[in-house]
Amino acid sequence: MSDDSTAQASAADAEAAGSADVALETGSQVTPDDPNDNRWNDALRQILGGSFVISILAVVLALIVGAILIAVTDPGVQQAAGYFFSRPGDTFQAIWNVVSGAYSSLFQGAIYNFGRPTFAAGIRPFTDTLTYATPLIVAGLGVGLGFRTGLFNIGGQGQMLIAAAFCGWIGWSFNLPPVLHLIVAIVAGFVGGAIWAGIAGVLKARTGAHEVIVTIMLNWIAFYLISYLLRTPGALQEHGTNNPKSPAILPNAILPPLFGPQYQLHWGFVLSIAATIVVWWLLERSSLGFKFRAVGENPNAARVAGISVKSVIIWALVISGGLVGLAAVDQVLGTTTGGFSSGIDAGIGFDAITVALLGRSRPIGIFVAGVLFGAFKAGGFLMQAANNIPIDIVLVVQSLIVLFIAAPPLVRAIFRLPTPGSRPRTKTPAPTATAEEATAK
Amino acid sequence: MKLELRGITKRFGSLTANDHISLTVEPGEIHCILGENGAGKSTLMNVLYGLLPADEGQILLDDEVQHFEGPGDAMKAGIGMVHQHFMLIPVFTVAENVMLGHESTGFAGFLNLNEARKRVREISAQFGFDVDPDALIENLPVGVQQRVEIIKALSRDAKVLVFDEPTAVLTPQETDELMAIMRQLRDAGTAIVFITHKLREVREVADRITVMRLGKVVGDASPTASNAELASLMVGRSVELTVQKEPALPGDPALRVRGLTVVDHIGQLVVNDVSFDVRAGEILAVAGVQGNGQTELTEALLGLQQHVEGEIELDGNLLSGLSVRNVLDAGVGFIPEDRNEDGLVAEFSIAENLMLDRSDSTPFVKGGSLQLGFRSTFATEKVAEFDVRAQSIETSVGTLSGGNQQKVVLARELSRDLRLLVAAQPTRGLDVGSIEFVHKRIVQARDSGIPVVVVSTELDEVDALADRVAVMYRGSIVGIVPGGTSRETLGIMMAGELPDSPDDPAPDPHNDDGRSGTRGEAA
Repeated sequence: MSDDSTAQASAADAEAAGSADVALETGSQVTPDDPNDNRWNDALRQILGGSFVISILAVVLALIVGAILIAVTDPGVQQAAGYFFSRPGDTFQAIWNVVSGAYSSLFQGAIYNFGRPTFAAGIRPFTDTLTYATPLIVAGLGVGLGFRTGLFNIGGQGQMLIAAAFCGWIGWSFNLPPVLHLIVAIVAGFVGGAIWAGIAGVLKARTGAHEVIVTIMLNWIAFYLISYLLRTPGALQEHGTNNPKSPAILPNAILPPLFGPQYQLHWGFVLSIAATIVVWWLLERSSLGFKFRAVGENPNAARVAGISVKSVIIWALVISGGLVGLAAVDQVLGTTTGGFSSGIDAGIGFDAITVALLGRSRPIGIFVAGVLFGAFKAGGFLMQAANNIPIDIVLVVQSLIVLFIAAPPLVRAIFRLPTPGSRPRTKTPAPTATAEEATAK
Repeated sequence: MKLELRGITKRFGSLTANDHISLTVEPGEIHCILGENGAGKSTLMNVLYGLLPADEGQILLDDEVQHFEGPGDAMKAGIGMVHQHFMLIPVFTVAENVMLGHESTGFAGFLNLNEARKRVREISAQFGFDVDPDALIENLPVGVQQRVEIIKALSRDAKVLVFDEPTAVLTPQETDELMAIMRQLRDAGTAIVFITHKLREVREVADRITVMRLGKVVGDASPTASNAELASLMVGRSVELTVQKEPALPGDPALRVRGLTVVDHIGQLVVNDVSFDVRAGEILAVAGVQGNGQTELTEALLGLQQHVEGEIELDGNLLSGLSVRNVLDAGVGFIPEDRNEDGLVAEFSIAENLMLDRSDSTPFVKGGSLQLGFRSTFATEKVAEFDVRAQSIETSVGTLSGGNQQKVVLARELSRDLRLLVAAQPTRGLDVGSIEFVHKRIVQARDSGIPVVVVSTELDEVDALADRVAVMYRGSIVGIVPGGTSRETLGIMMAGELPDSPDDPAPDPHNDDGRSGTRGEAA
């Protein structure tokens, strides 16, 4: 950047050169008072939104802490630690054995089992991973879409239960032609979740009721409603049984296996891929998604720009709930086709929040995070069976991931305390010598 | 007490906010630090006040090196600060606020309020402040609250007083009074550091002027320097302080507002029965001290206020009662007062912000799908036209300077087919260069034959732009006077009174032909 003569300064004036000159030209590289706050937020959002580094680090850190927990709770390690000072090597050996054993089981249970003779059998754990991932991905997309609109949809459980009732009822009550039946059932599931979340949306838009409170309360309403219906003959309960369980899904409405009957993986996974693409388009390329994001980032500016914040809130929750409903579709029409109970949501509605956070609310990120969590689920079982390590450790690792992801805001909260003036302001390069020329003049 | 800063350097990452700043403030002197936003004035003062540690350099009081760990140390050493935003507790009395932070207590921990009251009375009497120690802060006018801040500092035996942009919230009269107080304090031997970017004030009270730009001291000036000299020192090039504009050629009344009344969300009457006309091709400036209903007035025009009565008509079509979307579609362009809060989505790119208020319709959206190609062409064009200095159209606006952010808002609003432009505080917090640009554009909009409403609390701006001036006080329009009305008259009106010999305070849209033109060198 030129920094010598006034002539050059005015030349640069005419021809907006680079950013350094710019700052010198206008004399202002910093916005006044409050924007600092925005800029700081912006930096935070970049950490949260842009970089995958934090996500990856969170997973790695969680696995390390998980390893420590595995080592500490293992009886073999405890025994060896008893005579640590006479033979410290034993303790480390025991730690190595149990941790490596646990994580290799986790891997073999989730990705590829080297103990099997053929590739087809060896790769089976990976298809299980994808099966577990399928509902997590769609539900994560739903929650993530809410996040992008500034809405915290923690009503995944309730939305899944209502969606399960909707698509299940279509699935067992009607006799429709093959493909049509499946499609109608899927749509019904979407609608069920959408309605349930839509209630929260309407309440928030109309009355200002906070969606966190409303969705969590709707969880309980849905839970007891579905439990009641499952116990009521003529409602959702299967004929000729006293169990609180629904009838089996008719074959035409079942999501067919993707790679043949020896794998659990069903067409719901394809649905998840499609949902990922659609949500990406919706958020990044559509007018509706543009409004969602605008409201999510700055509802005031959105309102001033003529965007109806109320209808955006309603639509975002409707679509969010619909996607979560698709998770129930995966469960009811894909994995547990023999009829469901009130535990059909299997915690997916809550895991979806973690998945969305880990995926930074970006569709691709959510897809990857969903697969990772699917792997934890699939691998956790083998880890428990082969190494006698409680599957709870997987839950702990999952929770730790959330904790570490939540750390940047925590850090910000700490750094917020000092004065606003202490914040770095811009990326503009440090002022150059042009300053003096004015003095000379 | 003599204050000396030696080679103060403060860096934030790669940015040097203060680059070896040295200055000396003698007792009994008003030392102005003049600079644009971002010049590093506030950082320097935060270092001085112990809020930020300096990377290099020393602070000396009476030739003794000081080490401030925090504001407490600075206060103890005799430095007082009057912040731009008052640090007062509204529900406490003056005396309680003054003692806050160094409460003296008597038997069993009872507060020694009498002593605080006495102290307030003493200082008040000494400087003729006329402040009642038992008045609640929330009941006091802004100017008096500021005096409470000064009393607070003085009650801690401050020998060096820092005023950080103290006049931003004051009426012209209150500003004059503050100037008098500052002179009085100076004569009593206090060293005063006065931070501002308003040239007029500087020339009025300063004994010495230090100009800062981009974190450096770029020069000293004497109070006799002209505005143009000071401005060019601040900006680094010569600046046009006045807006070149032709006399307005107003057409028929285009915007008619009748009996507009706004009640805010807590039930307070904030705009009270306001009526005015704005003709096509003229600028109506709404002047007044901040918080007298101007914000709500503009929001009501846009349909952003909920409880609005009265009629707003644009070109014969009723605007009142319409949604924001419909108001915008009727051709209203809006530059909101707080661009970060209401004008821009900081995380969005420039291109995205440029389509923010057209997210529904062609040409930005077709069949529900964003037209990214069109958007980037449009954005590239507008960035060039409005001279937005940024690396690319994908840069997020949150990283731009205030001036460039405002240019993005302007570009968006002015690129629609406008029938009315409403600009609220269009140059707040901008540097001189950007102000020049924004003013030019607003005048251009007027000359294209649309009515323009500009809300401003800065008399310089009102003076530079207005064809007519409506002065608001407590939600009502005190009067509408022609552009170029003297500052004194406007100041009196801003305090809610009609001047003795008003030019013509009645709302009369036909009285000001040819009365506009360039004024401002008077400043």
